[in-house]
Amino acid sequence: MSDGDGFEPTIVVFACHWCTYQAINLAGTSRMKYPPNVRVIRVMCSGRVDPQFVIEAFKNGADGVLVAGCHPGDCHYVNGNMKTMRRTVMLEKLLQDMGIEKERFRREWISAAEAKKWVEVVTEMVEQVRKLGPLKLAEKREVVMNE
Amino acid sequence: MSKPKVALYWCASCGGCEEATVDLTERLFDLIEAVDIVFWPIAMDFKREDLEKMEDGSIDIAIINGGIRLEEHEEMVKLLRRKSKIVIAYGSCAHLGGIPGLANAYPREEILKFAYEEAPTVINPDKVRPMKKVTIDGMEFELPEFLEYLKPLDEVIDVDYYIPGCPPTPDLTWEAISKLLSGEIPPKGHVFGSDKSLCHECPLNETKPDEIRLEELKRPHQVILDRSKCYLAQGVLCMGPVTRGGCEALCIKGGMPCTGCFGPLDGVYNQGAKALSFLASVIDIEDEEKYREMLEKLGFDPIGWFFRYSLAKGMIYRKKRDGE
Repeated sequence: MSDGDGFEPTIVVFACHWCTYQAINLAGTSRMKYPPNVRVIRVMCSGRVDPQFVIEAFKNGADGVLVAGCHPGDCHYVNGNMKTMRRTVMLEKLLQDMGIEKERFRREWISAAEAKKWVEVVTEMVEQVRKLGPLKLAEKREVVMNE
Repeated sequence: MSKPKVALYWCASCGGCEEATVDLTERLFDLIEAVDIVFWPIAMDFKREDLEKMEDGSIDIAIINGGIRLEEHEEMVKLLRRKSKIVIAYGSCAHLGGIPGLANAYPREEILKFAYEEAPTVINPDKVRPMKKVTIDGMEFELPEFLEYLKPLDEVIDVDYYIPGCPPTPDLTWEAISKLLSGEIPPKGHVFGSDKSLCHECPLNETKPDEIRLEELKRPHQVILDRSKCYLAQGVLCMGPVTRGGCEALCIKGGMPCTGCFGPLDGVYNQGAKALSFLASVIDIEDEEKYREMLEKLGFDPIGWFFRYSLAKGMIYRKKRDGE
């Protein structure tokens, strides 16, 4: 991918099986359109998303990461999404401290019925990240084995 | 039979690791009895040339502490790697980047600018900075370059074993060295210390409730800790659950919660992220606004709290775009 006009961001989405993933499905079956820049990874609960995954996604070339789960109170596992809430609030700050722009990381509550919200969220996020440009990582710090 | 040869070297570190070696006290004599120390610049008069003269692979164990921040460090550890059969990354800085690795949160230029121009204790109207080469009265002086980032040792050379800690305890050091000398060779990449988290050896573990739920977080200076009860259950961040044991819980016994110097457990590749994850799950606040307020009030600093020793390993290194 190149800079400038031709840039297409890659957004990694961690989607909860019980809500957001169903909403994405609904968007598809309802023939709604959304940008093809998302790479959706289904997890059983947004609480399953280890902050290490998010960092790894950025390290491996994601321009943005979206963690999406059930609305507070609706978690299939009672309170998994509350852990997500607390983790993502901390993670937001951590990523900013590491120099990653705020818009590149987002957490949303999207229920199984909210296909429209899913479309709006990803469309907006893709646009925001497209404006920021690619997340350029410093050249991989070369590992020199025995000279 | 000739004695095994051991070399010790330091890179970007505070000297605490060397102190830890000396803290072997009487056992240091046993060590000297058992091995030949062929290179140890901080303690005795060894020069780079002495090392260069040695045959490749002639040193049995090289123990290197400190991160790699200067060109000189890079050169020296590559040289040591060539001369040694086994290389041990000793202490948090060599293992994970350690405290000097926290500087990786800032670009090189910002660090130099602050240190040589902006720090309140600095008066430097001509903005003099250390240069790589300088000629004074016809004599040429050379200084090693300050690298872009601090790298843990294994990002520069191949490392065989790790002895974690800031600094490693003398007991752990002794255990590791005597194991290696006795021929009991662990698999490559082994980190000495325990395979389990610090909680397993913590004297306060018995007082830990089955489920920890914190309604409020506190920082260590805001509370007088009851030294007979699990610190985490008292509401302060203790890195024990996500930190490798093997340190004899020294800080805990000294009245301070764990800050994570022994690094991540096997299978965890980002100690800080894991710590963030665990702390967020034991906090018992469900209202986002209230939660944000609490963090704000505490002066929440994820890098300082969770990545104190592992930032150089756990950081996402972002390249600045043009015009930034």
